[in-house]
Amino acid sequence: MSANALPARRNFLSTSGKATLSVAAIALLAGRPDLAAAAPGDMGKDVDILNVALGLEHEAINAYQLGAGSGLLQKPVLDVAVLFQSHHKGHRDALIATIEKMGGKPVMERSLDDYAKALNAGTLKSQADVLALAARLELGAANAYLGVIPSFKEAALAQVAGRLAADETMHWTALSSALGRMLPAKPLSFGA
Amino acid sequence: MKPALCLALAGLAVLAAPARAADDVDPGRALYEARCGGCHALAADRVGPRHAGVLGRKAGSIAGFAYSPALARSQIVWTEESLERWLRDPEALVPGQRMNFRVGDADERRRIVEYLSRNR
Repeated sequence: MSANALPARRNFLSTSGKATLSVAAIALLAGRPDLAAAAPGDMGKDVDILNVALGLEHEAINAYQLGAGSGLLQKPVLDVAVLFQSHHKGHRDALIATIEKMGGKPVMERSLDDYAKALNAGTLKSQADVLALAARLELGAANAYLGVIPSFKEAALAQVAGRLAADETMHWTALSSALGRMLPAKPLSFGA
Repeated sequence: MKPALCLALAGLAVLAAPARAADDVDPGRALYEARCGGCHALAADRVGPRHAGVLGRKAGSIAGFAYSPALARSQIVWTEESLERWLRDPEALVPGQRMNFRVGDADERRRIVEYLSRNR
């Protein structure tokens, strides 16, 4: 809040608007679009952030698809990759619904070949290579979500970014364990 | 959670080799990948544009990448100073940009910019 004194009525309107969107945003991303239809106002900046997040989720889904289709993943690792991909699909669906309800246009998914090229998937030669790629993307995604939190206008969406970051961190931790990597030695290693 | 997935996750853990550092070769690269690697790569356009050669490049100038109009018309040329300001608060540097990602730690910003300066 600005240090400048604002008229009481303006404060009230601002606060009540945020409260309304909070309900809407939380409702959407909690799987209750019926509660979210009344999201008010121009939320262009937040929509931009959500669309970047959606781009991340599209890429993650396709990265796991590349891994699953590579023939390099053996059970039970394949099952875990499919589980993590399903989480990203859930993130994608929630983000698309939220963006649309806020009046935005969700960014489109690219082709699997485009993602394969961008991620240099041709260099993947082993299960460990696939896991390392997934771990790198999950860590980057966790930090990306944490790094956009200060930019949200709407506090409820910032909370959602935190929840998404938690999922990505869960994935990164499991993948790092499978790769035999050490966990961070210092606290607060994410999202500096 | 289904029993099969519990087993799968347990199996994933069993795969673990003796612990080693995630990236003990180049700390700058590890930091870059951790903070920027969600969206960027050096040599490929992903959610964000490629970074190789970013020092000295005009902002918004990678052909075919869909920049925000604000960044495309910013006339910024990336220097160590402008990149540091961008990472600190992109909206403060270019209102209307779409990155919105901030690196709050000044030392991390310096190390990321230093890494980018080595990858021209």
